[in-house]
Amino acid sequence: MSALETDRLTLSLGGRRVLEEVTLTLAPGRVTALLGPNGAGKSSLLACLAALRRPDAGAAALDGKDVATLPARERARRIGFLPQQADVHWDVDVRALVALGRLPWRGRGAADAADRAAVERALEATAMTALAERPVEQLSGGERARALLARVLAGEPEWLLADEPLASLDPAHQLDVGARLRAVATAGAGVVLVVHDLNLAARLADSVVLLRTGRVVAAGDTAAVLTPEAIAATYGVAVEVGVTARGERYIVPVGRV
Amino acid sequence: MRRATLWLLLALLLAAAGSLAAGKVWVPLDAWSSADPRSIIIVELRLPRTILALVVGAALGVAGAAMQGYLRNPLADPGLFGVSSGAALGAVCALFFGYAAQAWLLPLFALAGAAATMALLALIAGRSASLVVFTLAGMVLTSLTGALTALAISLAPTPFVASAIVTWLMGALTDRSWNDVWLALPLVAFGVAVLARTAPALDALTLGETAARSLGVEPRRLQRAIVLGVALTVGATVATAGVIGFVGLMVPHLVRPLARHRPGATLWPSALAGALLVTVADILVRLVPSASELRLGIAMSLLGAPFFLYLLLRLRRRLA
Repeated sequence: MSALETDRLTLSLGGRRVLEEVTLTLAPGRVTALLGPNGAGKSSLLACLAALRRPDAGAAALDGKDVATLPARERARRIGFLPQQADVHWDVDVRALVALGRLPWRGRGAADAADRAAVERALEATAMTALAERPVEQLSGGERARALLARVLAGEPEWLLADEPLASLDPAHQLDVGARLRAVATAGAGVVLVVHDLNLAARLADSVVLLRTGRVVAAGDTAAVLTPEAIAATYGVAVEVGVTARGERYIVPVGRV
Repeated sequence: MRRATLWLLLALLLAAAGSLAAGKVWVPLDAWSSADPRSIIIVELRLPRTILALVVGAALGVAGAAMQGYLRNPLADPGLFGVSSGAALGAVCALFFGYAAQAWLLPLFALAGAAATMALLALIAGRSASLVVFTLAGMVLTSLTGALTALAISLAPTPFVASAIVTWLMGALTDRSWNDVWLALPLVAFGVAVLARTAPALDALTLGETAARSLGVEPRRLQRAIVLGVALTVGATVATAGVIGFVGLMVPHLVRPLARHRPGATLWPSALAGALLVTVADILVRLVPSASELRLGIAMSLLGAPFFLYLLLRLRRRLA
């Protein structure tokens, strides 16, 4: 599978540096969480990886090829992007919404059997099959988030980049969607998530990237990187780290450093 | 969807037949033979008028559907958002400066006017403007082009020019000839083809601009296609029939349920329904008992303005 890398990626927005020489190698088959305080550059980094923003210097590369110069359609097939805003501008039904994920594959042509099968798989994977005929405006917040996730899954990309896919979900749906993202990584694709919740990251991610003011503070395996010292250096808070009876780590902020 | 399209086509055929027969002089369809003197009414007046009604209606329907999809705004309409008045301003400039003597200059000016206003709208939309900002921008463009047109009328060099401008501004299909058909048809066909190719990109925009780009939509290319397509369809319509508003607003709403609300799938049904609406309206204005024929543009506004209000009421919660 393909590797997604950045090389001294630097980005300014409105005269402000938001990313400063970010060099990373992301491995496929893993869930990677981008962590950091507000304004650290997590979403900007994700947008650069998806070629939705052009860096001022440096580059993001897929298999050694700059993502910004990949043909739009090839890039769209290989990199799926789930934005934070759950915009759906027209009251389409869930199946039509999910089928949008096949656009890079079918272009102007009609959907073929492979497209339809991929849509059904994505509906199945997000437990949306029963709601497939329902108009989007009649969905609850959690159902809508799952439908939008199904849209990205339908494209069956090599890389799935998602900006806070768990933020607006209740705990049950966080577990469901988290398990689904984990399954995508297990199947071999790379999954990169912007996450705000340290506990979710600790439980879900194989590796984490800690960002602060556009710079990488630490990157690597979750257990090795998410230490109280690194969290203090990134967020400026003191935390206590514990382990549940089932062996899962939890992180509780206890005060500012 | 297929069945609805068939019904639309059937209704369209009936309306076209009605449009050939209806008017001050009722011509039964069996008067087609060349021996009947009334056949000249059909061939030289009613037939070009009917074809033009179909072409104009289809053009405005597709342009409205494409604008609504592109701007993600259910209130978008070439008439309401200033594109038609931009085209009209272009045409008025041609009349004002006396260029209209050359048959191809007025349409050229109309196309340029439509392209300029659509490009302005697209520029504003490019920066993810909200529904409200965007609707307001469209209204401002309409009143600006309207004011410039009024200026041209008041500064008109001769009363004849002023009266030519005023008559021409009120859209109508009365006394159109085959020349108008041959002018509008190729331009509209090209414009509709350009807009039809944007269907997948319009579908992708359902998810917002960022997600659409991640699906491979290239915003600049799409914008160029929309500006070109809308300019061709609306410019050609305004050049041959004047300003006919609200078709592009109403038609996509009426057919959207048939397309299961997908903006790309709305384009072709909008063409059919637009052609149907304008043809039927053009029959009705001929049948209204009045000294001179009711202008089609005025009739359409009388029909469309209440529809717009109804839409506003329905959208009230979303806009608030």
